[in-house]
Amino acid sequence: MAAAPLLAIRDLTVQFRVDAGWVTAVEGVSIDIGEGDCVGVVGESGSGKSVTALSILRLHDGATTRIPSGSIAFKGQDLLKSSKRSLRGIRGGEIAMIFQDPMSSLNPVLTISEQISETLRQHQKMSGTAARHRAVELLDVVRIPDARRRADDYPHRLSGGMRQRVMVAMAIACRPRLLIADEPTTALDVTIQAQILELLRELRKELGMSVMLISHDLGVIAEFAQSVVVMYAGRVVEQAPVAQLFRRPVHPYTIGLMAAVPKLDGDAMRLSAIPSRIPGPQEDIPGCRFAPRCGFVQNGCLQTSPPIEPAGELHTVRCPPQVLALGDVNG
Amino acid sequence: MTDIGFEANVPTVGLAPPRRGRSIRRLFRYRSFVIGFVIIVVLALAAMFAPLLTSLDPSAMKVRFRFRSPASEFIFGTDMFGRDIFTRVLYGARVSLFVGLAVSVISGFCGAVLGVVAAQFRKLDAPIMRLMDALMSFPAILLALGIAAALGPRVSSVIAALTVAYVPAGVRIVRAAALVVREMDYVQAARLSGASALRIIVRHILPNCFSPLLVHLTFIFAYAILAEAALSFLGVGVQPPLASWGNIIAEGRDYATEAWWVMLFPGIAISLAALGMNLLGDALRDVLDPRLKGGD
Amino acid sequence: MPACSSSGISGWSEIRKSAPVSGELALLRIIAFKFLQAVPVILIISILAFLLLSLLPGDPAIIIAGEQASPEAVEHVRQQLGLDRPFLQQLAIWLLNLAQGNFGSSLILNQSVLSAVGERLPVTLSLAALSIAVTIPVGVFLGSLAAYYRQSWIDAGVMTFALLGVSIPAFWIAILGIILFSVRLGWVPSSGFTPISQGIGPWLSSVILPALILSLFQIGFLARMTRSAMLDVMGQDFIRTARAKGLSEWRTVGKHALRNALILIITATGILLSTAIGGSVVIEQVFALPGIGRMVVQAILARDYPLVQGTMLIFGFAFVLINLIVDVLYTLADPRVRHD
Repeated sequence: MAAAPLLAIRDLTVQFRVDAGWVTAVEGVSIDIGEGDCVGVVGESGSGKSVTALSILRLHDGATTRIPSGSIAFKGQDLLKSSKRSLRGIRGGEIAMIFQDPMSSLNPVLTISEQISETLRQHQKMSGTAARHRAVELLDVVRIPDARRRADDYPHRLSGGMRQRVMVAMAIACRPRLLIADEPTTALDVTIQAQILELLRELRKELGMSVMLISHDLGVIAEFAQSVVVMYAGRVVEQAPVAQLFRRPVHPYTIGLMAAVPKLDGDAMRLSAIPSRIPGPQEDIPGCRFAPRCGFVQNGCLQTSPPIEPAGELHTVRCPPQVLALGDVNG
Repeated sequence: MTDIGFEANVPTVGLAPPRRGRSIRRLFRYRSFVIGFVIIVVLALAAMFAPLLTSLDPSAMKVRFRFRSPASEFIFGTDMFGRDIFTRVLYGARVSLFVGLAVSVISGFCGAVLGVVAAQFRKLDAPIMRLMDALMSFPAILLALGIAAALGPRVSSVIAALTVAYVPAGVRIVRAAALVVREMDYVQAARLSGASALRIIVRHILPNCFSPLLVHLTFIFAYAILAEAALSFLGVGVQPPLASWGNIIAEGRDYATEAWWVMLFPGIAISLAALGMNLLGDALRDVLDPRLKGGD
Repeated sequence: MPACSSSGISGWSEIRKSAPVSGELALLRIIAFKFLQAVPVILIISILAFLLLSLLPGDPAIIIAGEQASPEAVEHVRQQLGLDRPFLQQLAIWLLNLAQGNFGSSLILNQSVLSAVGERLPVTLSLAALSIAVTIPVGVFLGSLAAYYRQSWIDAGVMTFALLGVSIPAFWIAILGIILFSVRLGWVPSSGFTPISQGIGPWLSSVILPALILSLFQIGFLARMTRSAMLDVMGQDFIRTARAKGLSEWRTVGKHALRNALILIITATGILLSTAIGGSVVIEQVFALPGIGRMVVQAILARDYPLVQGTMLIFGFAFVLINLIVDVLYTLADPRVRHD
């Protein structure tokens, strides 16, 4: 990397409180996002991708979450150590976030123009009328038809796709450097999904902002991301540029994921699946957390947690070389 | 429109009947539940075994012993007629707890029946709910006052009056829950497979309305105890010499400064009983409604 | 959808089916519909009140005239109350009287029910209004505090206080309160009502203690309700969105959370009014305040059944009106029920 990354998550560990004590939801996660980058974070439900994303802006519930180690550096400033005040300035201003379910993410008793104007008044100190004017402009940018009239609507009057557009409008209102999109298309129809992704792509180009897209849908990731981070059971298991990841996945889990996607041109009679299921955060697995399900598991895998190894240009993987060699042989 | 059934906040998620064993164990982990449970059990046992705990007759007037303070051989002291307050409080517990139980159970039963009927049979929905609205237009105490007054001052009148006053809230709760449940897929499936309306109601709808109703009924128990005490205090409920916590306080009021014990102990008893049931209700609600988790 | 919503309405589907109209018109239509709904309720209340007398075991005429009364006196009462007419005719006369604003007359007070209630209205109103004026800000504040600092000692403390409030019988605390504040400390009079016309100070000192005692239960109730509602709201996604936008905690809680909890709180206020009036029945008795509640109790004890009947009816009508207002306010507060 030539310049310092815009966002550098280093060795992040997040724990949740349960009756018995604390469980680790995410461990040792390191992700870099450069200026203008588009990083996709993919993994099953329970892989810890949302937890990681929420940690960036510290949106977790303080009473039940703690971050015992790690750092998240944004333009050099460690967000985990920032003051509340400084953090508030960054939220919505420099880093914005959109969430999975646009219906529940919008306040049902406030109009959409009010909710967009809020951000503008907060960060850019705009007056009420100026903010509302800008809000209508933003609604136009995200392609909401009849924006001026729609601005006074309440969220429940809009369709799912439109609500997500409103969320996007709210997010880009102050021209953030980084947009975190947590499963933005999961709750939407497939056709609307494509529209939202298209919108995000255009805005990214126009505003020159970086995007961190989180999804469990490989198709969305393939379509949108430039580089991909694969997460499993709270750990990053592989990182690579998108084309490389899809062409030549290296980690046994990624291999399994790719194989599990049904192909139209294959003549497979059964869908391949990774046996068993993803372990929950409470389950204490020594060594590699994927080992119990891994097709190439070796003796050492169950004892020691594998370190991150390079696997090519800009390509890293959390798997010991001897196992990788097996995978390579087997294709 | 407004209703007491508020307390139960009809859940949309927690409607499936909980696994009994697990829920009961979870209940006991709540400190509030344990305290409430202990209080109610102690009171109930004291009420049931009253004749064993005290050899005295609650109505026996022995003027010789009037106004003995609690420091004497009478634990709670005696009143203006020489009656032992401890005994009267114990026997009063019988009345209050019995009224609370009867009102909860009967109003719960009627509420469940009416609520399910209103939810299932659309034609009956409007008349039933209008009637309930009408009943709920009166403050519960006032309605109970009117009915108890008309029926005459006795325990059965109080029970009848309070039941009528609290049924509408129960109907609301059950109806709301039933309306949610009937749209659920498993009910549609049952209907498609030809199950009769009665079978659907009994097997699918009622069990799922159970949780919010149960929570509601524990609060009704508490309200009923307080209401019965108020009615007896006013002279419209249980009449002396039959002991009720409310009428003991009424009688002791005139001697409040000299014989403070006459008023104090029944008041504490009422507070404890209501407190116990409220604690139980809170704990039950937290366990049975996962939506409100983290709230206690 | 809160369980308390006004969905006792079975004609909702009719509104839904009609074409979408502009905001104000839809609102008016909904309000008008609610008014219409209140009519059968009023009718039922009237009939119920009428039936109250028929609950009396035995002959109402004898009960009212008294056991010792001579047969002529009983007959006189019977005729006076129209009890010798056929049932349906009695009902019709009753309803007709109501339509003309005649709620009956008291046997003992020698005046119409309406005027008897009217005379005592200021007392009960003072009590109820004052207690609610205290209850709402205190209750909402405490409940929000407990919800925001949930699981902390603040939460525990507030909730314990609230729990005690709803568990301790008001009439008992009232008596204890009188002993402490009137007899021992002499801060306020122990009984009696001073109308506002004689000065705010004296008026306040005659109603402040009863009003505060009355509000104990209500504050407890409202605090618990508010905490529940706020917890519910605070757990919702849009609160997270508000924080993600960089809004301060004050704005997040105050604006976003409270506006949503407002819906539940408005409905709670309707219940509070009901409990306030109900509670004032007992409180007025304890403090010897010449209010409507005390009048009802004394009427019951004196077997002045027409007065009881008429007063219950007035209360019923009043609350139908109150519920209507609360319903409308609720519709105004929650935009979701306005259009569909």
